[in-house]
Amino acid sequence: MSNKIALSIEGLTVSFDGFKAVDDLNLYVEENELRVIIGPNGAGKTTVLDLICGKTKATSGSIEFKGIELTRLPEYKLVQLGVGRKFQTPSIYENLTVLENLEISYPEGRSVLGSLMFRRTAEVEQKIIDTARMIFLEEHLNTQSGLLSHGQKQWLEIGMLLIQDPALLMLDEPVAGMSVVEREKTAELLNKIAKGRSLIVIEHDMEFVKRIAHKVTVLHQGKLLAEGSMESVQSNPKVVEVYLGH
Amino acid sequence: MKALGKILGGKAGAMDLLVIAAIIFVVFPLGLDIFRLNLVGKYLTFAYCAVGLVMLWGYGGILSLGQGVFFGIGGYCMAMFLKLEASDPVSTAHQTTPGIPDFMDWNQVTHLPAFWEPFHSFAFTLLAIVVIPAVVAYIIGVSMFKRRVSGVYFSIITQAIAAIVTILVVGQQGFTGGINGITDLKTLHGWNINTDSAKYVLYFVNGALLLLSIVLSKLVLSTKLGRLLLALRDKEDRVRFSGYDVANFKVFVFSLAAVISAIGGAMFTLQVGFMSPSIIGIVPSIEMVIFAAIGGRMSLVGAIYGALLVNYGKTAFSESFPTLWLFFMGLLFIGVVMVFPEGLSGLYKVHLEPKLRQLLTKARRKPASSKPSIENAGA
Repeated sequence: MSNKIALSIEGLTVSFDGFKAVDDLNLYVEENELRVIIGPNGAGKTTVLDLICGKTKATSGSIEFKGIELTRLPEYKLVQLGVGRKFQTPSIYENLTVLENLEISYPEGRSVLGSLMFRRTAEVEQKIIDTARMIFLEEHLNTQSGLLSHGQKQWLEIGMLLIQDPALLMLDEPVAGMSVVEREKTAELLNKIAKGRSLIVIEHDMEFVKRIAHKVTVLHQGKLLAEGSMESVQSNPKVVEVYLGH
Repeated sequence: MKALGKILGGKAGAMDLLVIAAIIFVVFPLGLDIFRLNLVGKYLTFAYCAVGLVMLWGYGGILSLGQGVFFGIGGYCMAMFLKLEASDPVSTAHQTTPGIPDFMDWNQVTHLPAFWEPFHSFAFTLLAIVVIPAVVAYIIGVSMFKRRVSGVYFSIITQAIAAIVTILVVGQQGFTGGINGITDLKTLHGWNINTDSAKYVLYFVNGALLLLSIVLSKLVLSTKLGRLLLALRDKEDRVRFSGYDVANFKVFVFSLAAVISAIGGAMFTLQVGFMSPSIIGIVPSIEMVIFAAIGGRMSLVGAIYGALLVNYGKTAFSESFPTLWLFFMGLLFIGVVMVFPEGLSGLYKVHLEPKLRQLLTKARRKPASSKPSIENAGA
C-alpha cells in the first residue's frame, strides 16, 4: 500500500425500521485519493455520506478518520476535524451574495461571540477571492446567489467547502443538472482540488466518473458489490447485471 | 460615521429611523392630549415584542407564540417593585399584616414571600428585568434547540408555556395577585407615576428605549451573526455542516427577543399602572406576532407601525363592534400571510418608495433647471 489510510469504515450498518440501508459495509479511502461511489438507486450511496458526516447515526460499526472515531461526535465537530459535505441539491443561502455565502463558510468566528466579533479582514477577503476564482465565480462575488444558474450554485457549494480546506471532501452528484461545458470545468476543478485531500464523489455519469476516479466502489442494496479501477469494475459481470447493463 | 451608517442600513435605513423618531417624539406629543399619548405609549410597549419577533421570526425563522411570557416577566418585575413601594406599613396600617401588598393580605398570606424580598431594591429590579427573561429563554432555548425541536413544534410548545405561566399566575393568587394582577401602583422612588408630567416623561423614556432596542438589533444584524440567522432560516443543514453549533445561535436570538420584550413589559407597567395575566397569555402573544406580520416581519421599524396600527384599530374598532374585532384581526392576519407576506414594509417598498423617489428626483430637477435662468438674468 503506497498511501496512508485517511478514512476507514468497518462493519457499518444502519437500519431504518428493520430495513438495512447500509449493511455491514467496509470501505477504506487513502489520503490524496479520489474515490467515486456508484450504484443503482437505493443502493445506499447517499446514506453512506450521511453516516460519515453525522447527519444519520449508525446502528453499528465504526467510522474512523485520522484515527478519530466519528460516529459519536456532533456534526459541527466533524466539520472542525476536516470533514466537508456537499449535498445532492445545491444547498446555498439564496438570500445572500456569493461573497457572503463564502464568508459564512470561512472557518473562523464559529461561536456566537466569535460571529458577533468577526471582521472581514484583508486575509479573509483574499481567501474569498481566491476561492471564488477557483470555482469560476470571481465576477459574481456580489451577485445574490439565488440568481445563479444551477451549475454555478453547485460550484458555489463546492467553494463553500473548499474555503474550509477540509481533509475529506464528500460530493453528492456534483455535476447533476450541469451543461456539457460546465461538466468539463467541474472535472478539471475536482482533479485540481483532489491534491492534498481525500475526495469521495457519488456520480451516475460514467463518462465523468472515468475522467476523475482513481478507484471506484460499487454499492448494491447497502452492500459492497465491487471495488477497483474503472476498467475492472466495468468488466465485472455482477456490476453489469445490477447497474451498468441497462 | 461610515460604520454607523452601515449599521443603520445605509441612507434609507437611517431615514426610516428618523421618520419614526419624528413621529414618536414630535408628531404624537404635539398632536395628542396626554390621555391619548399615554395610550400610544401603551401600544409602543407591545412594539418591543414585535421588534423581538422580527429578529426571532423574520430573520431567525423561529416562530414563538409565547412572547407574552417575557413581556410579563418584565412587567411583573417592575410591578413587584412598585407594589412594594406602595405597600409601606403606614398606608397599609389597616391590614391584618401591615407592610405587605394588599392582595396578599386578602389571601391570608401573613409575611412577604422570599422571592418578593429582593424587589425592594430598584437596582435589583432593573437587573431582573433584563437577566430573568434572558435566563428563562436560555433554559427553554437550550432544552429545545439542542434537541432539534423546531418549526411548528417549537411554536406549539411556546404557546403551551404561555398557557402554563398564565395558569400559574392566576392560581397562585396570594403571591401574584391572581387574575386581577398587581394593581394600585403609585410611586417610583417617591415620584408619582400617575401625574401628567410623569406620563410625559415615561412616554419619552419608552420611545427612546424602543428606538435603542432597534439600533441594538440593527447592530446585531450588521455582524456575521445577522447573516448567519438568515442562512439558518433558509438552509439550517448547510450551516450545521459548515461547522456551526446551530442551537447556540437560536438560543442567542431567542434570548435577545426575550430581553427586548421584557423591557417593553416593564415600560407597560410604568405607563399603564398595573400588570395582569390577561396581557401575557396565549391571545396577547399571538397578537404580538400579528403586529410583526403586519408591519413586515423583516422590518424592525415596520414592527412599530404594525403595533401602532393594529392597536389603534383595536381600540377604535372594539369600542363600536367589540365582538367583530377579533374576526377582523383574524382576517387581517390571513390577508397579510396570503396577499402581502412582507407586510406594510413590503407594500411600502413595492408601491410607495418608487413613487416617492420619482417625486424627489422631480423636485430636485426643478431648482436645478431654474438655476441657469437666474444666472442668465444676472448676466
